[in-house]
Amino acid sequence: MSCLLVLPIIVPFVAAAAGLLFRTDFERQQAVGMGGAALHFMVCLGLLFHVCKNGISTIQMANWPAPFGITLAADHLSVILVAVTGTLGLCVMLYSKAEIKTGMIAAGFYPLMHILLGGVCGAFLTGDLFNLYVWFEVMLMASFGLLVLGREKAQLDGGVKYVMINLFSTLLFISGLGLLYGMTGTLNMADLHLEIQKVSDKALLTAVATIFMAAFGIKAGIFPLFFWLPVSYHTPPVAVSAILAGLLTKVGVYALIRMFTLVFTFDVAYTHGLLLVAAVVTMITGVLGAAAYNEFRRILSFHIISQVGYMVMGLALFTPLALTGAVFYLLHHMIVKANLFLISGVSRVAGGSFELSRLGGLYRSRGFLALLFFIPAFSLAGFPPLSGFWAKMMLIRASLEVEAYVVAAAAAVVGLLTVYSMSKIWGEAFWKPSPEPMHTESPAMGEGGGGLWRLLPITVLAVITIVLGFVPGVFLDLAAQAAHELLNPDIYVKAVLGGV
Amino acid sequence: MQSLILRTATRLLVSLILVFSIYLLFSGHNSPGGGFSGALVAATGFALYTIAEGPASVRRAIRIDPRRLIVFGLALALASGLAAVFAGKPFLTGLWWTVAELPDYTLVLGTPFFFDVGVYAIVLGTILTIILALEES
Repeated sequence: MSCLLVLPIIVPFVAAAAGLLFRTDFERQQAVGMGGAALHFMVCLGLLFHVCKNGISTIQMANWPAPFGITLAADHLSVILVAVTGTLGLCVMLYSKAEIKTGMIAAGFYPLMHILLGGVCGAFLTGDLFNLYVWFEVMLMASFGLLVLGREKAQLDGGVKYVMINLFSTLLFISGLGLLYGMTGTLNMADLHLEIQKVSDKALLTAVATIFMAAFGIKAGIFPLFFWLPVSYHTPPVAVSAILAGLLTKVGVYALIRMFTLVFTFDVAYTHGLLLVAAVVTMITGVLGAAAYNEFRRILSFHIISQVGYMVMGLALFTPLALTGAVFYLLHHMIVKANLFLISGVSRVAGGSFELSRLGGLYRSRGFLALLFFIPAFSLAGFPPLSGFWAKMMLIRASLEVEAYVVAAAAAVVGLLTVYSMSKIWGEAFWKPSPEPMHTESPAMGEGGGGLWRLLPITVLAVITIVLGFVPGVFLDLAAQAAHELLNPDIYVKAVLGGV
Repeated sequence: MQSLILRTATRLLVSLILVFSIYLLFSGHNSPGGGFSGALVAATGFALYTIAEGPASVRRAIRIDPRRLIVFGLALALASGLAAVFAGKPFLTGLWWTVAELPDYTLVLGTPFFFDVGVYAIVLGTILTIILALEES
């Protein structure tokens, strides 16, 4: 069943090509888009079960042997993320049925979305650094297309900033690639792990590691390279910002985790120390930025940044517990954050605005929505027993274990400030009496008969959050397994290169 | 723009450029070239033609919508990769068929070639879409 490994990448591309065939037939294009997403979801889950049962699986593209050709390798970290990608892809596609109008379908919403999903899965699965670069490009182009879909001024403004800073990140990435290839003569990640130990000039290697850190840091949105994120994520349609918020920065985090556990581990004190400082500052700036805004999606965007700080902190602490926490955090965060963005869309339909000052009374008029918001919002803030609590607790415990008290304190304070932000949204949008009563009276939820299509994915994601919170055992085991593989790169290297 | 010199030169050049682009496509497997660079060369030919004759005549000349080319290319590239999967080998593995056995050499045709043709169609389709949209706006 080695072809299972390619399917999460191939299925979206086939769906994209099929969608492009029906350029003018919008209904059929929508059907192909949804069918593709459902199939994608199934193959992603299939891969998850396959890897859980059989351990790391690899496949050599075009049958070229490992260090020379492109390897796809799925370890636990990769498959967890691929499975979440499939889930989010399907949920967002369901939501899009209510939101995306014919104009956007004509502009290529469904093919772009599938190309994005394929690119994200490719990035998670590839075992080759140059191939990772290619997937970054695929994702960048698709996400830029999605960002400017509505052709509004604010979208173009945000989109251009997004693409410029990301091109710069790509430039850094490829410069780093060149230097690394010059020093080691290989770009296969497993082979790099072996070759890098033979490099004598460690100072130069540290410089290269820092270049990679900056390149992936821009993608992940860590301090001080995050400013592109809040200016672009609140402009596109909700379905688009949900998928971008759920997936894109997390690819950057994934790349950081992969590179700084498998390749750049020769000077942990320096590189991971730097990451730790960046992580703490990222957490704090993100949450303070969120406190300063009163627009639903802008607040959420700033929270992405602060949450990315937690994940990078897990990587930087570099202990089994911390990495388990980071992986679990990724899993929890992708689901919660995408869900919150979807909910912001429903609130907008119900209340007529993304501005908190103009929203209000949603608790009264949309009780179920209030409940659905409550779950991911307070999971994000780390309320027990929701999923965010376990993630935060593990990370704080891990930092206490290595006696990084400042880090632990920062993480706890940021958690508290997150509660403040979430209660701000809760108080303003849900509790406060509606400033414009006509909106709450309007049957806007049923706009175009889309109410169910909007609520279904949100409910599914909220249920997943609850399951993650109440039965964390099985997921923690998965995360622990992933962390074990990350801290023992020999397992990965052996799976890719054979018994070298 | 109506320039007699440009139009005359274009007539001569475009056919040469297109032939060279096809040569690049075929030689790509074992020597410099390939679908990507071949398509870029072909696109320069069409760009020249667009400047000299206008986008309408380019659309007439290529007959099909360049966006269809993208779909065709994507499908062909995927199919040539998947052929190996159906033969029980990893994705993208080259499969070769002998087309003709001549005294001096054998002529073989493989899936990498179809993959290259797919890339050619995608790149050419994309660039033509961009060039034509820019010229028409």
